[in-house]
Amino acid sequence: MASSKFININLKIWRQKNAKEKGKIETYKLDNVSIESSFLEMLDQLNEQLVSERQEPVAFDHDCREGICGMCSLFINGRAHGPDTGITTCQLHMRMFKNNDTIYVEPWRSKAFPVIKDLVVDRTAFDRIQQAGGFVSVNTSGNTIDANATPVPKHDADRAFEAAACIGCGACVATCKNGSAMLFVGAKVSQYALLPQGKVEATQRVLNMVRQMDEEGFGNCTNTGACEVECPKGISLENIARMNREYLAASLK
Amino acid sequence: MAKSAILKSSLAKKYWMALTGLFLCLFLVGHLAGNLQLIFSDASHFNQYALFMTTNPAVKLLSYLTYISILFHAVDGIMLTVQNRKARPIRYAMENPSANSAWASRNMAVLGTLILVFIVTHMVNFWAVMHFDEKMPLETVQVDYEGKTYDFYVTQNTGKDKYIPVDLENSGLEIRNRTEFYDKTGNLKIAEGYKDLHKITFAFFKDAKYGLIATILYVIAMFVLSFHLLHGFASAFQSLGANNPKYNGLIKGFGKAFSVIVPLLFAIIPIYIHFFAK
Amino acid sequence: MSLDSKIPEGHISEKWTNHKDHLNLVAPNNRPKIDVIVVGTGLAGASAAASLGEMGYNVKAFCFQDSPRRAHSIAAQGGINAAKNYQNDGDSIYRLFYDTIKGGDYRAREANVHRLAEVSGNIIDQCVAQGVPFARDYGGLLDNRSFGGTQVQRTFYAAGQTGQQLLLGAYSALSRQIGLGRVEMFNRHEMLDLVKVDGKARGIIARNLITGEIERHSAHAVIIASGGYGNVYFLSTNAMGSNVTAAWKIHKQGAYFANPCYVQIHPTCIPVHGTNQSKLTLMSESLRNSGRIWVPKKKEDAEAIRAGKLKPTQIAEEDRDYYLERRYPAFGNLVPRDVASRAAKERCDAGYGIEANDTNEGVYLDFASEIKSKGRQTAYAQGNHHPTDEEVIKLGKQWVEEKYGNLFQMYEKITDENPYETPMKIYPAVHYTMGGVWVDYNLQSTIPGCFVAGEANFSDHGANRLGASALMQGLADGYFVLPYTVSNYLADEIRTGKIATNTPEFDEAEKRVKDSINFFLNNNGTKSVDHFHKALGNIMWNKVGMGRNEKGLSEAVEEIDALRKEFYKEVYVPGSADELNPELEKALRVADFMELGQLMAMDGLQRKESCGGHFREEYQDAEGETLRDDENFKFVGAWEYHGSDINKEVLHKEELNYEFIKIAARNYK
Repeated sequence: MASSKFININLKIWRQKNAKEKGKIETYKLDNVSIESSFLEMLDQLNEQLVSERQEPVAFDHDCREGICGMCSLFINGRAHGPDTGITTCQLHMRMFKNNDTIYVEPWRSKAFPVIKDLVVDRTAFDRIQQAGGFVSVNTSGNTIDANATPVPKHDADRAFEAAACIGCGACVATCKNGSAMLFVGAKVSQYALLPQGKVEATQRVLNMVRQMDEEGFGNCTNTGACEVECPKGISLENIARMNREYLAASLK
Repeated sequence: MAKSAILKSSLAKKYWMALTGLFLCLFLVGHLAGNLQLIFSDASHFNQYALFMTTNPAVKLLSYLTYISILFHAVDGIMLTVQNRKARPIRYAMENPSANSAWASRNMAVLGTLILVFIVTHMVNFWAVMHFDEKMPLETVQVDYEGKTYDFYVTQNTGKDKYIPVDLENSGLEIRNRTEFYDKTGNLKIAEGYKDLHKITFAFFKDAKYGLIATILYVIAMFVLSFHLLHGFASAFQSLGANNPKYNGLIKGFGKAFSVIVPLLFAIIPIYIHFFAK
Repeated sequence: MSLDSKIPEGHISEKWTNHKDHLNLVAPNNRPKIDVIVVGTGLAGASAAASLGEMGYNVKAFCFQDSPRRAHSIAAQGGINAAKNYQNDGDSIYRLFYDTIKGGDYRAREANVHRLAEVSGNIIDQCVAQGVPFARDYGGLLDNRSFGGTQVQRTFYAAGQTGQQLLLGAYSALSRQIGLGRVEMFNRHEMLDLVKVDGKARGIIARNLITGEIERHSAHAVIIASGGYGNVYFLSTNAMGSNVTAAWKIHKQGAYFANPCYVQIHPTCIPVHGTNQSKLTLMSESLRNSGRIWVPKKKEDAEAIRAGKLKPTQIAEEDRDYYLERRYPAFGNLVPRDVASRAAKERCDAGYGIEANDTNEGVYLDFASEIKSKGRQTAYAQGNHHPTDEEVIKLGKQWVEEKYGNLFQMYEKITDENPYETPMKIYPAVHYTMGGVWVDYNLQSTIPGCFVAGEANFSDHGANRLGASALMQGLADGYFVLPYTVSNYLADEIRTGKIATNTPEFDEAEKRVKDSINFFLNNNGTKSVDHFHKALGNIMWNKVGMGRNEKGLSEAVEEIDALRKEFYKEVYVPGSADELNPELEKALRVADFMELGQLMAMDGLQRKESCGGHFREEYQDAEGETLRDDENFKFVGAWEYHGSDINKEVLHKEELNYEFIKIAARNYK
């Protein structure tokens, strides 16, 4: 393979032993990184190098490595999921960088997402928001009404799907200058509000989910739109507006 | 539940921000319409308007609403900013926010603070003078008669009593309570003058020493306002959930036009006075 | 122990109903006295945990990810089958049953598959009621599409993210139960052993992956829904964390492991690009509807392409070998997955591969023909009967973009090549494992009280799984089978009372786990875990992969055995036990993969026939197709663990009886 397919890079990575200790940025030099590698494969390579030098490898979250599980979560050179749009970190490729680039890698920063170790953060706040109301209260039953008994206008079904495409990665929170989770919550509220199955308990749902969101310590939305730009699944700001509308209506009821 | 939610939740803060913001946009339109009389009308009409604005009960009510809105908008904004800063206790070492958001949208607090400073200054310059300054001049008019010039106060009376010669000593009158003309002997109020806000304004921007600086600062303040509105106007609709893909373009387009045109027209007034008015 | 599949008596269509009607129940007031552990929160695990929680049991659910929503079910793209017959094209429960048995190359249990087909419709009803946004048509009703190996449209879908939407549906049901306090959720926890008391499953040992704490959890029943074992190959379409540990630990405690050699290799994945590669990405099967698969006819052309001297678009039409169309004129590019995968391997082995990687493994998936033909059709439909070539191509590209836009974009992001201009490069990759823990009709393993669901069990797909059936099975197991069969088992447990964790059995299990962890941390070898995992994957891919033979399999058994010894000698695991330590997690998983890999090779060796995903080169017909041996191998091969020497595992056979389907050769020509 031609040597132009490999680059040397400088990495500035946040290292933090655990939740209690203070962390700091450490610098690493990594040579011969294939530009065909994904960003996470580059980190694998770094870790392999660190292990061979008897140093502690960098901890980072990742799982499916195909952009759908929402586990990977890196703030790269000042942007959630790095310098590309419509992708997760695992889909970011090293060809986006040049030889001798310096690359900053930091964890998601949010009061509600405390660092567990290095680049790994705790996102269970999202789970708790979901537990507060992100569901339809229907038990498992072999006798639910037939799936086609309630037609759903295609337009609504499509909007609900677009909202439901959220992978819960937290890039919206990470990128928002206010650390707000409203794109995440808005998407969930929207999905159910748009479907007849979810309408029944819409009032209680939006009140409960927003209350939980506030309790978790997320910031407020100031409509900068950064979350929409960085969202790997292109979740629209419209979902936040819909949540605002739903909440206003629910509050006045 | 619902009651406390509308007062306390993060979303409620957004609603209040949006509602007060939109109300202040309406205020801007009214204020602009009045101020434009400085260019397109004469001193007499402007001062009549100023009097109306300070005395009419309905207008008074609106003005209190405006003060409250400004206060609420500012306090709510500060609370939001504090809370939002708390939401990220450790900042990023490297940030690249221009990749995903507009400058104005990220700096509403700074822009808002500057606007608040401007509002206070502006009120000291004019509103306070109008309301409290003992030396506030009354509107006068010059009349040429047989080659000589005579100065008269303009009063709210009609007909021939409308004008009172400036030389009060001769006519046995005096001014009490800043605007009221009294017959000294009869202790009788015979007329009420107009505070000459027009004169004050012109003097302010045409001042030999500070007029240019004042003009420049006012124009800068309008730039700040423009940026604030550029994000704020459409943002208010988003916050209230008054958002529909069909009309979003319209709201955004109107918001942009509003944020450029209103501050621009405001800015033209000091420029006109300083450079072009007699 | 003999294998009792506990298949109920009666006609196939009545077995499940009759069985259900006679299962024991646990009264609502007794359920809160009973604890159930669920390991894994994919479709099977999340749906089981939610359903059992709704019923009133105390459920503890475990997942190694940071949230139950991230289980790898989320990555399924295409859809979920259900015999609803909404499209009025002759579908029925029987047809879904038949297609699944045939697709599995007659190596699945009839009764289980029929039950799967029976409850398939309920799954769709349930998911819609939960707010899963399936694709709909303009009348507001559910849309369907067609998938490989069937002649009806029974696949329900949500764009290319059906698995995600179904999992989020199950996750929402699970979240509701967590919120209500009915399910206790343990994120970032990994099950590292099973605890048996008096022969029954009574709890697990789990490691808190954040603190490293080793925890004891007791229960009256344990459900394992931990997914498949495709990661034994190192490179696969599985998630990085997907592992066999939970399933393997119960195997070591006495659960038989069935048909480990049945692995599905998916034909359309993006080829390997280099030695640092960690993961293979699937390109949806649906692309084969529009793409034509080819390699150059001349070896020198293939060489020139690999050297970068020739571009695929420069190869003349007559110099291209559309080998699927050549070999299977009837089905062409739409042959089943196993067939398409083997054909690609055959061409690349013969030296016609086009990818410039170490192995030259890659073939073209070309959309140029489709772009031209659809472009012409569109032009005609728009009233342009004499379109220029440029107009045709432009319209054709628009058509393709509408249909596959997101997939094309994903391909371009990963490879930096524009598939509208140049053909996609693809190659088969490990995708799904049909084998798994042996279970009876009640989904109970050979350990009483230990149930296994979803991909982790072996039950429904025989030797090859049809597209859009994995999601169906996971949810069927979790929503509609386990709640009944687990309750039946628990009916005898209402007087048992809380199970203590301070017993010798728990001590012993915890010691096993701690010893193993301490061993790795103190081993102080010279090589990383990944080094060994890659070496294992290499052996597995080359010798227990798409084409297998006696010699290769025998070598694999020995090589893996040797590799395992080296692994224990040479592996280096940094860090400590009481912290988040991903290297340690990997070491514990790879240790189990080593043992499983060896068993897979042994299972492949004993199965002297070709069926579905298991292709023994010795057993093929004149045209290179699979040759089954129904006389000698119409059985489920279930292995019993006998100590750390995997060679000592004992094979048990569950004979498969086909009462309701006539067994026949699978023909796609």
